[in-house]
Amino acid sequence: MTDERTPSTTSATRAKGHEVVSNTKLTADVHRLVVVAPLVAAVRQPGQFVIVRLGPGAERIPLTIAESDSAQGTIVLVIQAVGKSTSDLVALAPGDRIQDVVGPLGRPSDLVTEGTAVCVAGGVGAAVIFPIARRLTELGAEVITVVGARTSEGVLFAAEFASFAELVVCTDDGSAGRAGVVTDALSDLLATRSVDVVYAAGPVSMMGAVAAATQRLGVRTIVSLNPIMVDGTGMCGGCRVTVDGEMRFACVDGPEFDAHGVDFDELSDRLSTYGQAERVAASHVCRGMA
Amino acid sequence: MSGEPLSKRERLTIGRQEMPTRDPKQRSATFDEVNLGFTERLAMLEAQRCLACKRATCVEGCPVMVDIPTFIRCIEDGDLAGAAHSLLIDNALPAVTGRVCPQEHQCEAACVRGRKGAPVAIGHLERFVADWARGNLHDESPPLHPSGRSVAIVGAGPGGLTAAGELARRGHDVTIYEALHLPGGVLSYGIPEFRLPNEIVENEVHRLVGLGVHIECNVVIGRTCTLDDLRDRFDAVFISVGAGLPMFLGVPGEGLKGVYTANEYLTRVNLMQAYAFPDADTPVLHGDSVVVIGGGNVAIDAVRTARRLGASRATIVYRRNRPEMPARAEEVHHAEEEGVSFEFQVSPVAIEGDGDRWVTGLRCVDTELGEPDGSGRRAPVPIERSERVIPCDTVVVAVGTRANPLLTSSSPDLALTERGYLAADEHGMTNLPGVYAGGDIVRGSATVILAMGDGKRIAGEIDSYLHQL
Repeated sequence: MTDERTPSTTSATRAKGHEVVSNTKLTADVHRLVVVAPLVAAVRQPGQFVIVRLGPGAERIPLTIAESDSAQGTIVLVIQAVGKSTSDLVALAPGDRIQDVVGPLGRPSDLVTEGTAVCVAGGVGAAVIFPIARRLTELGAEVITVVGARTSEGVLFAAEFASFAELVVCTDDGSAGRAGVVTDALSDLLATRSVDVVYAAGPVSMMGAVAAATQRLGVRTIVSLNPIMVDGTGMCGGCRVTVDGEMRFACVDGPEFDAHGVDFDELSDRLSTYGQAERVAASHVCRGMA
Repeated sequence: MSGEPLSKRERLTIGRQEMPTRDPKQRSATFDEVNLGFTERLAMLEAQRCLACKRATCVEGCPVMVDIPTFIRCIEDGDLAGAAHSLLIDNALPAVTGRVCPQEHQCEAACVRGRKGAPVAIGHLERFVADWARGNLHDESPPLHPSGRSVAIVGAGPGGLTAAGELARRGHDVTIYEALHLPGGVLSYGIPEFRLPNEIVENEVHRLVGLGVHIECNVVIGRTCTLDDLRDRFDAVFISVGAGLPMFLGVPGEGLKGVYTANEYLTRVNLMQAYAFPDADTPVLHGDSVVVIGGGNVAIDAVRTARRLGASRATIVYRRNRPEMPARAEEVHHAEEEGVSFEFQVSPVAIEGDGDRWVTGLRCVDTELGEPDGSGRRAPVPIERSERVIPCDTVVVAVGTRANPLLTSSSPDLALTERGYLAADEHGMTNLPGVYAGGDIVRGSATVILAMGDGKRIAGEIDSYLHQL
């Protein structure tokens, strides 16, 4: 009964939701939340995610697990406020609770134990790449991280990456690291170094560009996809993506796939399904606050 | 009712009582329940129609063998508590089955009064008694003498909930693990409010909790913990995870914006309350012209939901004809009243979209019905050169579900059938000792009542197993 891997029926965290231990602002719109979720923390692996639901009426939102502490029973979520639901989450104060946290969901990353891996992160994709890169290092691979953002302020996890791997920072405006996009830096690495595998997470356009760059050279590339998702257990089919011409569900078959088979145009298009609704929700919040 | 019991002849003169319903125009704009339920007077009149046959064929028609003549006789006698007690012995969730069972294929199909005229409205009477019980019967308490044995149930759908009640009443310590944030399974995410109000499911869950059942939501067996973890911690496990993976048509265009599976469409609206957007945060597309592909209850639920979300045209596209539809007759009738249109003997070929990849129509062919296929229904055969496009902005695919491999793929020792369902013996036990399975994950997609029947039957098997430990 004390096995922490099996759910406890009397656990207070289950009855009352999941406490937010801390909320740190990383950039203007990106926050790092430490959340109590002992069942998830005990078993999660790099590449996996949770679905959180703040409370009654709230959306179910998939969020990658950036870090975990099984001793403390906590997980780290890095959240960018892009709509109403994510704005509600980053507004939580320590001691507040998230009603539902379910996971870990998705398949763990397929990690190499030798050779050179380039880990490419764009924006909050750094939260996906961070656990992958660190674990790769632990497993024995040589890791080069490429982290990109629009400006220096948006570069996430730079100190953490630098602590265990070679780091290349790219910003669109050149305010930190080299000026330009991550694919330029990746292309340079592919030209000058022997690269065995590339892991990439970030905006769909970035992952598509990474896939195009590595496909030309035949370098194995794995991307972590972020489609619209509801249940996260394979039930709704909303997260379907096309990989090698076949329909796959990101929640149970992924979220990581061979980048060279992914239909990025379709993914990008499907992500725009609720653009109109998101604007309505945002204005609804404004009315509510006025 | 006082005085002499009615003669058979007097009973035969009484016609079937109509279920009072909300006005079709009014209801197609709201999610309020359509059927309003029998009044006590209507219920008693309907109960008098029952001939109390010595050989009760209706009972044979019921998957859980409810003692139908007894509970109906109690209604006739005005003994509603007696009716409720009798019903609840055989059926743990009568308020649910009274609303969602396909009675016309089960008990009512076997009713002798159906041979000449209309069968006794057994489903409506069941619902009447269950609703009365909800307001009038006391909740049960946990048994005084715990067995000291524990059972884990995976999945809080109709099968799992039924098994939980049966096992808890026998004194076992029961914990249900549910992947979603609410219990109920298809009763919560799938069947809409206008057919099965959430309140009914909440009440059933509340009763189970009163019996001492623990319900742990947000736990995915196969991810959060494994079947082996449960086997270590519990004396027995019952797997009732359903057949949750949606099937697609496999035609071009299923990646377009505006294409949903029925599971996603209904989950957004029912579980996530998208009908209340933006007061609830989850959106759903409010199509003006919605085509739902399929002929089962899920398809009818989806198309009636589309009407309620404001679709001016909501159409069922089904490749067979009306008699072959698996949906409940009452729901098809209600859908028609609500302005749903039907395209029978039409089979989808492709979903078409515009330059921005939004749905613009469903390309289909007409079919003719050939020889009966494996399901016993006449197989649809496409008619050459009959292709046409049904214009629409939303397509909902409701062509069935299959086994979800999430649990099974993390338990490699568990024996599966060729189609990925769990293999269970005549006692409902899998190849792993103490691990039982029932409902859709064994049968393939079936009905709420069959899952409940499995839950009840296998709970009895588990009880016997626990006594042998």
